[in-house]
Amino acid sequence: MTSTDRQVQTAEGILDAPKMTVLARITRIQALQIVLILAVIVVIFSVMAPDSFLTTFNLRSIVVNTSIFAVLGVGATLVIITAGIDLSIGSVLVFSSVVGSQAMAAMGAEGWGAASVGALVSIGAGLMWGLFNGVLVAKAKVPAFIVTLATMGIALGLAQVITGGIDLYEIPTVLVDTVGFGNVFGEVPTLTVIAALIVVLGSILLHRTRFGLFTFAVGSNPEACRRVGINVDRQLIWVYGISGACAGIAGIMSVAFFQQTTIGGNSMTALTVIAGVVIGGTSLFGGIGTIFGTVIGLLIPTTLQSGFIIIGVQSYWQSVVVGIFLIGAVYIDGVRRARMQRGTGRKPKHLQIGGVRIGVQQKEE
Amino acid sequence: MSLLKARGIVRTYGQVVALDGADFDVEAGQVTALIGDNGAGKSTLIKILAGTEEPESGEIEFAGEAVTLNSPAKARELGIETVYQDLALCPHLDAISNLYLGREVMRGGLLGKLGFMNRKFMRQGSIDAFNDLGATVRVLTEPVGTMSGGQKQGIAVARSASWASKIIFLDEPTAALGVVQTANVLKLIKRVRDKGIGVVLISHSMPEVLQVSDTVQVLRRGKRVATYKTADTSLEELVATMTGALDEEAA
Repeated sequence: MTSTDRQVQTAEGILDAPKMTVLARITRIQALQIVLILAVIVVIFSVMAPDSFLTTFNLRSIVVNTSIFAVLGVGATLVIITAGIDLSIGSVLVFSSVVGSQAMAAMGAEGWGAASVGALVSIGAGLMWGLFNGVLVAKAKVPAFIVTLATMGIALGLAQVITGGIDLYEIPTVLVDTVGFGNVFGEVPTLTVIAALIVVLGSILLHRTRFGLFTFAVGSNPEACRRVGINVDRQLIWVYGISGACAGIAGIMSVAFFQQTTIGGNSMTALTVIAGVVIGGTSLFGGIGTIFGTVIGLLIPTTLQSGFIIIGVQSYWQSVVVGIFLIGAVYIDGVRRARMQRGTGRKPKHLQIGGVRIGVQQKEE
Repeated sequence: MSLLKARGIVRTYGQVVALDGADFDVEAGQVTALIGDNGAGKSTLIKILAGTEEPESGEIEFAGEAVTLNSPAKARELGIETVYQDLALCPHLDAISNLYLGREVMRGGLLGKLGFMNRKFMRQGSIDAFNDLGATVRVLTEPVGTMSGGQKQGIAVARSASWASKIIFLDEPTAALGVVQTANVLKLIKRVRDKGIGVVLISHSMPEVLQVSDTVQVLRRGKRVATYKTADTSLEELVATMTGALDEEAA
């Protein structure tokens, strides 16, 4: 884009150079800050443990450990941009992995046929839970916090009812060997490639398509959307549906990686992911957010955990540090929103008459 | 013949009778001012004619045919757009996205079917729309939440003016604006009128009404009590009619 199309000329055109707004600057700086924080963390651990931290093995394990969270983070980012919340993703992951595993077991638990059906069943189950959440939020007008708190319990409860609370182990070997522990392009874990694909597709959907624009718009001002004829309910239902489908994908990835379902292991998953989304700069009040930020926000806890173990600090410190980051991120978001509500905080260099700005600057360059 | 004709519109909210058999007429290519004291029913009437509220009784004719305006979409199909007092913009989106909100121009072929928008086309369309109307938008790609009240108003008016092919309702478009911004909006109203669109202006500012309108219709206690040609009336007469000091049904 050239600098001239960014501006509009009017009859009383006033000259001014194009400038980034305070908001845009803070948003970009926050995205940058989070990358810098991650970089600093990596540098510190690399210096303290040069022989063990920056090894392929360790970096690989950090990336793998973030991969499943990143897939969940794509859906969670969309939901939070609509000013909603999805607490159910951890339980939906468990439910999806249980029904997916059952489907694979029913097909003999061997070969690609069983693995593909298991994946489809898992993703489908996740999508159904998401759509169910979305319908309750959009149509029944039950607050998202309550709806997804309830489905968090219901999905996990049903998974336990189905299995009697005992994890399922009949996972096709091909799934474990290729997806769970396999590599592509030499040393890149398949799980990470899948996660990267979902992250890229999610980013394109969010930042380049009308669906993404409506997601931001619904989070920004739902009433304005209704007045211009956007189907706000349908948008919300699909956003929650995508969040559920992401949990379904994460479910089959989790089964492939752990070689079993993880019924008891996901009670904190949703909160971990939501923390990553918020640390990554997405506003809990809607209208602002990026999937890139979420990925960085999720890499921070895993990097800290790995680093603390390597340098011999109790890894429990990770929760403490992440908590501090979380409060910092929400504080910055509050400042950002306050600035936006006051209107602009910048002092433009253009003509004012009687306190009234009288036009648009235009400079041919 | 009036482009839009409303007769005997009744709307109550519980015990409160907002409209008690109100009439209203909009002519193409004219600015019709709708005035009245607080609680006279102006906003309710606009909401009914814009399709966001339904009347309990009464008839609405559009271009000579009876219509039921039961949704904003229906009104928009007929070429009726409304700028509400709260502007209804998305603060986090930029001016282009707000201008085209709900009417995004998609790319051709497969990309368009996949939901990709033609940002280039919309950017040019926005530049044209803002230039056309003299709206004061500084940078098209910044969130409108960071802009001044006048700029937001400019975007809201430009949006409705871009899409209205028949009628545009403006609910107190200058209430929050300074002197120069107000002058810009009034200029913009005249430009929209000159395209042959019927403009309905709700305003509390009598000098503004006298300056820009062609006819003035006065609501009082939910009824139209007078219709004046602007050229033949005066500030004193309008105020007297609004407050009920003078009762007459003018032609």
